[in-house]
Amino acid sequence: MSAEALAIDVQGLNKFFGDKHVVADLSLQVRRGEIFGFLGPNGSGKTTSIRMMCGLLTPDSGSGRCLGYDILRESDAIKHQVGYMTQRFSYWEDLTIRENLDFVARLYEMPNRRAAVDEALERLGLTSRAQQLTGALSGGWKQRLALAACMLHRPQLLLLDEPTAGVDPTARRDFWEELHDLAAQGISVLVSTHYMDEAERCHKLAYMAYGQLLVQGTAAEVVAAQRLTTWAVHGEHLGELSQRLREAPGVEQTVVFGSVLHVTGADAATLEASVRRIAGGAGLHVETVPTSLEDVFIHLMSRATDNYQDRP
Amino acid sequence: MKAWLANFRGFSAARWWGVVLKEFLQLRRDRVTFAMIVGIPIVQLALFGFAINTDPRHLPTAVISAEQSEFSRSLVAALRNSRYFAITEELPDEAAGREALAEGRVQFVLSIPPDFSKRLLRGEKPAVLLEADATDPTATGMALGAAEQIAGAVARKDLRGPLAALVPGEPPFEIRVHRLYNPEGVTQYNIIPGLMGVILTMTLVMMTGLAMTRERERGTMENLLATPVRPLEVISGKIVPYIAIGLVQSTIILLAARFVFGVPFFGSIVAIYVAALLFIAANLTVGITLSSLAINQLQAMQMAIFYFMPNMLLSGFMFPFAGMPTWAQWLASALPLTHFNRLIRGIILKGNGWVELWPNIWPILVFTVIVMAVAVRFYRRTLD
Repeated sequence: MSAEALAIDVQGLNKFFGDKHVVADLSLQVRRGEIFGFLGPNGSGKTTSIRMMCGLLTPDSGSGRCLGYDILRESDAIKHQVGYMTQRFSYWEDLTIRENLDFVARLYEMPNRRAAVDEALERLGLTSRAQQLTGALSGGWKQRLALAACMLHRPQLLLLDEPTAGVDPTARRDFWEELHDLAAQGISVLVSTHYMDEAERCHKLAYMAYGQLLVQGTAAEVVAAQRLTTWAVHGEHLGELSQRLREAPGVEQTVVFGSVLHVTGADAATLEASVRRIAGGAGLHVETVPTSLEDVFIHLMSRATDNYQDRP
Repeated sequence: MKAWLANFRGFSAARWWGVVLKEFLQLRRDRVTFAMIVGIPIVQLALFGFAINTDPRHLPTAVISAEQSEFSRSLVAALRNSRYFAITEELPDEAAGREALAEGRVQFVLSIPPDFSKRLLRGEKPAVLLEADATDPTATGMALGAAEQIAGAVARKDLRGPLAALVPGEPPFEIRVHRLYNPEGVTQYNIIPGLMGVILTMTLVMMTGLAMTRERERGTMENLLATPVRPLEVISGKIVPYIAIGLVQSTIILLAARFVFGVPFFGSIVAIYVAALLFIAANLTVGITLSSLAINQLQAMQMAIFYFMPNMLLSGFMFPFAGMPTWAQWLASALPLTHFNRLIRGIILKGNGWVELWPNIWPILVFTVIVMAVAVRFYRRTLD
């Protein structure tokens, strides 16, 4: 793959905070025009990784390029072409919406600043509230403003750190529509999220836990790579059944979704025997279902925890 | 009363103890606050206990002696023995004496006329001239009182034998005192110009001290760092509005000094504003540096107070500089307020020009450059 086709290309990034290895040997490639989902539990190193890619943190070792620029030496050039949306709303709450956008436009030395700000306000549908203080906005509006502000200088790459945390479903859907529009225009997006529906909307995914990138690829590749089999058990009061299944041979995890219980394991034959014996024996309807991303992530997560605890 | 008592109904000691414990835990984690709890009393004790002296002794005094005689020597010795005067230099003529006073190098200049001993022996009651920099009446008052008595004492000691006839009654010579710059000894003339530096220090250091920590505390610093904006752009950009605030404050104080307190203005307005600008710059760099060092706004505030206290006490604003021990004078000489106080009093009350001002201008310049370098060094370009 040629370098021009990659928006992000990092190898072996490491970061320590004190003696804590926060990011371990992170290698990751994001193609141009791709929406890349970054998943993992809280504290897994996603934010640290994103900060290293845009020059906010210096990696302790490793190398990489962002939009063709070296992340260690050319962070100034990267900053001009990257839009970074922080996890926590980080615009000035004591400035109005227009003043915030105007300030950002000045920092990027945008020509036609006024026109760009007007256009952004219009796209946001905030023209009438432009004079309102940002601190008075609701969570959903803040998030839309933050996206508009980090898009203002027309970056080639967007780094979005949990942009939809705490945002209602409709606003999230609109947000993702917009991301896909941007990707269609050739803009690359690296977005971290905890939502499975969002993960499924990404072109590619990576899953990180305890500083380590465990898997990456398309959603289908990620699921397939784990070679898991999942059975669905239909019935009522599945809690107690779930407990018993978890102790049965071949069962790695059980997840209750209302009146459906997902039972997942790597050893298909042993799993089937256990499910048929315990659930089938109780007279419940069982069937195989495709393993979902969520099942895979819970599996990855529990395995990573074990590995982490095994480490000396 | 009943409503007031209702506050105590259902008071749970367990819950209350929970709150107490939580506060202690948080206090213990806040290292800077903890350091201040210990540091502020120690600094206060050191300054008030050892450094500050409202009856200053050993004031720097220059002697212009046109004759070397037993009498002139014993007069100088008597001044020194009073412990109010420390003879720091011998000067050739009156012009040099005036210059030393204007620069603030000495507090007093003693001029002994050429025919002093001859006229003394003839019983003509000659006069020696003691010129005092009276801008700060408290610094000179006690010493001048002591000087008056010295004439009599010197005479009694030296005029013996046949000359003893000169002793009784009035002293055989006169110490003529000239209070320069503030002849009436009006305290306000000294305090009001000094207040300018104090107010500028307090407001500017505090306001800029909070400027950067506020960004960090609210999380907007991360945003700022992600943009192409450079450290120098942020630091100098944040400084500019406060320069304007500083100039507005200076103008208010100057107007009040002139029209409310009637302080006489001998120097040039341009010099006042040049000195003010320089001093404002020094304070802003301090504020920005504190801001880069502090983790949150509370810490920045505490550091500002920690910086402000020695400035207030040692700069010669409240207490005479000359009265402090050497170590405190060294410390005070590193503080810009000390030099600004001399500059502003020098310009307003003494009408000093650039030549006399320079010895107090360069220390502020050096201070500003050093602190600015520290600020740029500690401005974090990354979140590391």
